[in-house]
Amino acid sequence: MTSVKCVIAARGAVCGVLLALLTACEASSRHLLMAPEQQSVLRAMQTRAFDSTDELSMLRSVIATLQDLGFVIDYGNAPLGIVSATRLEGHSVRVMVSVKRHSPTSTAVRASLQVGNTSVTDPLTYQEFFVALSKGNFLTAHAVE
Amino acid sequence: MARRAVTPILLALTGCLVVDTPRGPFDAPKAAASQRLMQSRKYETRDEVKVLHAAAALLMDLGFNVDCMEDEVGILVASKLRTAVVTGDVIVAILLSALARNDVPYEDRQKLRASIVTHLTGEKSVAIRATFQRIVWDSHGKIARREQLNEPEIYRDFYEKLSRALFLEAELP
Repeated sequence: MTSVKCVIAARGAVCGVLLALLTACEASSRHLLMAPEQQSVLRAMQTRAFDSTDELSMLRSVIATLQDLGFVIDYGNAPLGIVSATRLEGHSVRVMVSVKRHSPTSTAVRASLQVGNTSVTDPLTYQEFFVALSKGNFLTAHAVE
Repeated sequence: MARRAVTPILLALTGCLVVDTPRGPFDAPKAAASQRLMQSRKYETRDEVKVLHAAAALLMDLGFNVDCMEDEVGILVASKLRTAVVTGDVIVAILLSALARNDVPYEDRQKLRASIVTHLTGEKSVAIRATFQRIVWDSHGKIARREQLNEPEIYRDFYEKLSRALFLEAELP
């Protein structure tokens, strides 16, 4: 009788471990396609439009601004209008900026910032970046609907 | 009564402490202007691609691998893996390990990265800005340090070598 109880307990333990392993897999991989809450709000705070049609010049001023803010450029691609940069100060701060035509008269700049493993969702932080960029290219940043 | 007397003294003492507020992600570094000066030079040429190619050749001579080069926006990124072992640190780690009966880690290997950005400036010159950073792993495989390298000699030495490669004199921006 005791041995039957032992077998049942052992099976329970094995099932418990398997379940824990399965849920652990689910918990870490679900971040792959998980969008932050209020995606449209986040996109709006990360994006500004500038009255310029020169995307290349805009990309270059993004690069210069990031360098002035202490970032080191990791990657850049002119045809795609993308630049990524990192700042290492104990923890790593990673930013990706895309530049693309927004309207016949304006260019949209979108910045996405990550500190450590966390995406930044603070509007004031993005505002600081666009203020610095506006100072660098002498253009006014407009909110994008 | 005594507690009442101690509280203002404590407050006064803590008031004297300089609290270093953490830097926001987009806050400019404290020494932004001096850093820019240290990292930047200017060459009298209109050939931006030539400057980028000379920098790439120099970095390759120094053992770097080019990770990204985009001449349309004037970007060159290169990196190399090297040992970070300093004999003195290893001896200290061994002694501490023996004393603490625990495996005390030491700095083991590092990834050094160079990021070069160029742009045309004025009518007849190319401005170049180089930044170097490194990530150091300890003997346990954990990241021990992530930092930008801010020693002026590094930048001076780099630009001296680049000037020789370009046959041009580097000017401060």
